[in-house]
Parts: sequence; C-alpha cells; structure tokens
Amino acid sequence: MELVVFVLAAAMILVGAVGVIVRSNPVHAALSLILTLFGVAVMFVAQNAHFLAAVQVIVYAGAIVVLFLFVIMLLGVDRSEDLSSEPFRIQRPLAAIVGLGVIGLVVAAVVSSRDAIMVRGTGLNVADTVGDGDTNIKQLARSVFGDYVVAFEVTSVLLVVAVVGTVLLTRRVKGSGKAS
Amino acid sequence: MSFLAAATPTTTWYLILAAVLFGIGAVGVLVRRNPLVMFMCIELMLNAVNLSFVALAKKMGDIGGQTTVFFVMVVAAAEVVIGLGIIVSIMRRRPGATADDISALKG
Repeated sequence: MELVVFVLAAAMILVGAVGVIVRSNPVHAALSLILTLFGVAVMFVAQNAHFLAAVQVIVYAGAIVVLFLFVIMLLGVDRSEDLSSEPFRIQRPLAAIVGLGVIGLVVAAVVSSRDAIMVRGTGLNVADTVGDGDTNIKQLARSVFGDYVVAFEVTSVLLVVAVVGTVLLTRRVKGSGKAS
Repeated sequence: MSFLAAATPTTTWYLILAAVLFGIGAVGVLVRRNPLVMFMCIELMLNAVNLSFVALAKKMGDIGGQTTVFFVMVVAAAEVVIGLGIIVSIMRRRPGATADDISALKG
C-alpha cells in the first residue's frame, strides 16, 4: 500500500516537474506546478508530516500558484512562447549535463551514506495519551514556539519587510505616470 | 504480488526522488528564459529540499526537520512576493522581457 502511494505520488511529482520546464505556455507550466505540489503534499502525509501537507496545499497551491497565475494574467504573457529557437546552442546540452551531474552526485551521496543516518530525536508523533490524533501538530508547535521561537519572530519581521518592499517596488509615482 | 506488498519505500527512495526533482528544477532554471517560469523552477527546487527534510525528519525521529520545512515555506512565500513584484515592475517598462534582456546590472 505504501508502495502504491509512493509510486503514484512520485509519478505526479515527476510528470508535473517535467511539465513545468517543457510547457511553452506559462499558464500550463503553473498548472503543472500545482500537480507537483500536490504530489509533494501526498509525500508529506506518507512521511507523518500532516500539518505540513495541509500548509503545502493551502500556501503553495492555494496562494503561491494563484499569485503566479495572477501575475501571468496581469502581464498578459498567457500565450505560448517559442521554445524551439535557442540563442546559445550549447546551453541546453550544458544544462542537461549540469542537471544529470547534480542528480548523480546527490544520488551517489544518498546511497553511499544510507546506513550512516542516526536516530537522534525522540521520535515523531509519539502520543501523550492513547488515541491522541493531534500529535504532529503538538510536536511541531512545541518546536516552533519553543526551541525556534526567535526564528519564528524573525520570519514575521521578514514577511512584513517583504510586503512593504513589494508595495514600494510596484507602486506608481503620482503625477509622473511611470513606474517608480 | 506479495513481493510488491513487502517492498516499502525507504528514506533512500524519498531522497533519490528529491534529488531528481531538484535536478529537473535546476535544468529548468538554466534552460527557460521566461522569468516567471524560472521562478516556478526555483519553487520546484525548494520543494525537493522540503521533501528531503521531511523524509530525514521521519528517519531520524526528530521534529526539527519539519520545523525547518515550515520556515522554508515562509521564506519561499516572501521570496515569491518580492520576485513577482520585481518582475511586474520590469515588465511594465519592457513588455515581453526575458532573462536575457535584463542585463543592466551585469558587471
């Protein structure tokens, strides 16, 4: 059963990822990205990360991809671009070599060190009481608001800075009629 | 089919899948010229890293990996907001600009 889930989710992820880089229409690429993100969410559930799976669907598929689609529509680039012409003829073979090299190196590192991964934590989703279904969220909350509370506060500052910066970047100066 | 039921995906499988996803994203960044699609490929790479964090969190029995994924998601959201803001303001000046046209800051 786990194998079936893994194979189906992996197929979703890989088909979506290839779709992102080969579809010539940016809208189709964004929809392929949604497929990949849902596949990753399924993987998160299979790996006992239930809260992150929900966040993945809500934040990534629900907000980030919608933001992408919104910008695509806003800029009017929702038409196919010509992918057949390539200004630098060497670029695609080089990119393929780099990609295969990255994959090969990481796979070699993973396979060669697969027995070196130590169990060092207290275990995921250890229930406080019998029948407690919220253990993942409780554990994550203790970690985020306990051990990493300073980092959590810094990310809230980061979000405010990002919002203010984007408003400043994209606003038009009054009177000049040009983007600032 | 009993051998199929016996084969359960191990952490190594998830890490290899994450490596492949990261490679596809890297190739996309290198090949595509539309800045929006390049951003989507960066999201692919971030998701590959998230996947490996979650797989290792399960394997090592440590919730810290999932906490890291949480922060990566926050930073990814902020990065997309800033990046799309920059793209919108570039595209307003030069409609249809690709990554090759935006070389004003090149040294």
